[in-house]
Amino acid sequence: MRRIRSVKDNTARYFMLAIAILSILFLLAIGTGLLFKALPILKEKNLWSLLTSSSWKPFKGDFGFLPFILSTLYVSLIAIVIALPLSLLTSIYLSTYASKNIRRFFEPVVDLLSGIPPVIYGVWGTLTIIPLISEKIAPKFVEFSSGYSVLAGGVVLAVMIIPLLISILVEVFRTIPREMTDASLALGATKWQTVKKVILRKSISGIIAAIVLATSRALGETIAVLMVCGNISQVPHSMFDAGYPLPALIANNYGEMLSVPSYESALMLAAFLLFIIIVLFNGLSRLTLNQIERRYKT
Amino acid sequence: MKEYEEKVFKVLMIGSAIIILGLLLYITGTIFYKGFPALSWDMITKLPGGGFYLGKEGGVLNAIVGSIYIITGALVISLIMSLPLVMYINFYLRKNSLLANTIRFCFDILFGVPSIVYGAFGFAIMIYLGIRASLLGGILAVAMLIMPIMMRSLDEVTKLLSRDLPDALLSLGATKYEMVKVILRQLMPGVITAILLSVGRGIGDAATVLFTAGYTDNIPVALNQPSATLPLAIFFQLGSPVEEVQNRGYASAIILTVLILTLSFLARYFSSKFSKNKI
Repeated sequence: MRRIRSVKDNTARYFMLAIAILSILFLLAIGTGLLFKALPILKEKNLWSLLTSSSWKPFKGDFGFLPFILSTLYVSLIAIVIALPLSLLTSIYLSTYASKNIRRFFEPVVDLLSGIPPVIYGVWGTLTIIPLISEKIAPKFVEFSSGYSVLAGGVVLAVMIIPLLISILVEVFRTIPREMTDASLALGATKWQTVKKVILRKSISGIIAAIVLATSRALGETIAVLMVCGNISQVPHSMFDAGYPLPALIANNYGEMLSVPSYESALMLAAFLLFIIIVLFNGLSRLTLNQIERRYKT
Repeated sequence: MKEYEEKVFKVLMIGSAIIILGLLLYITGTIFYKGFPALSWDMITKLPGGGFYLGKEGGVLNAIVGSIYIITGALVISLIMSLPLVMYINFYLRKNSLLANTIRFCFDILFGVPSIVYGAFGFAIMIYLGIRASLLGGILAVAMLIMPIMMRSLDEVTKLLSRDLPDALLSLGATKYEMVKVILRQLMPGVITAILLSVGRGIGDAATVLFTAGYTDNIPVALNQPSATLPLAIFFQLGSPVEEVQNRGYASAIILTVLILTLSFLARYFSSKFSKNKI
């Protein structure tokens, strides 16, 4: 009887250990798998010229990633510029000013916003943001814009990353010791002065980590961006030009590229680049956030 | 001056909070306003009929059932993987062990990996193994996508569990494996929350199933058949030039939104129940 129990116990233990090791290898497996598929094009062409050329003609063998890289960067930059002030102000409000009831009311709001699937954000973007840009905003700056533009992508992405930013920022502000803000208030500082001089200054590394994390979410978002960006492989010259971010490129072409051999490899290179950048961003910001949390606990 | 600044920023803060609440209402409102006229029982109970993509009769039952099949399969796989994993790092390893922290860190990173990368990686593996776009491919890709969410939320609730129960069980002579079985029962509301969260994320994602599950007008009856999914149904219908089809796309968007909101509320309900039990 006792032997059966200990055999069971040991089997379970080794099974669990195996899963634990597998789960670490999984991250490596994705990276090497994508790199392996991207190797053919890297052997054929110089990586630097691939990244800096803007000529994309797959059937002639031209794979210049510059338009896609720039579109991705522009879209993410716009998203951060819009989302950051809104999220920062809201999370400061929620963690220092708001009453318990308001906080309790707002938690599900942020939850629901983060739960809405990308495709729904895409639908919303095409219904509201696109006409707004093409009819109201763009005519003031440029002659013509269809609305499907880098700006539209940025706005939709901004709304998508707001819940992520808020939830991380609220956590970061929570780690500021109560004594510190109390001391500042007791010295006669107003609430906002305390926020400015104590809370924001103390949590600057956490805020940066949150921005980096939100940026990496924006870099990889696919379907919503695909639906509102216009998808023309050109270097966008203004916010109202169509863009073609990397994830949209992969999503639009991956199924049908099998007839052109280096085409598949080029798309896999795009996926690999996305993966590496996002893993790096995520890794750094998670390390920072973990450190902040540990400091808070001790 | 001091008071002035204080007031300005307070207004700005409340303003931002209201904008964010407004955005949620605006998004759900737009979807309901556009989709409601086209919503009917046929949408949820019928397969696409002949000429469905020209605006004729039919519904998106294929996509609803396909999504349910895929998420169920993915859920089973990710539960089988993450439950033992979470039990292992919380009860078998020392507190703050290097292995446990490495695993947590890896899953934090995996959580951030975009769904298109899981889709592309999944498809690459499928080509390698010679599997065509199918239910099986979709299940595997979505399982990869929801695994980090499942693992992280299970880990969160397990960390909250008081150490008294495990200690009592061990001192009564239970093996660790027997202890874990008892603890799992105690963790049930947390497990349900984790499941609901993962389902919410997995069922709404389009980029993972785009290449891996394919699309079809029928309900798949075997693992090697392609399967439609709700997010892709919305995406494809919106791409149609026919207005009726587009309107049905909006109606499908309502179906997905209602599904997600319900899951989200349920998750909230179960997690509040869980914290009530604990404190």
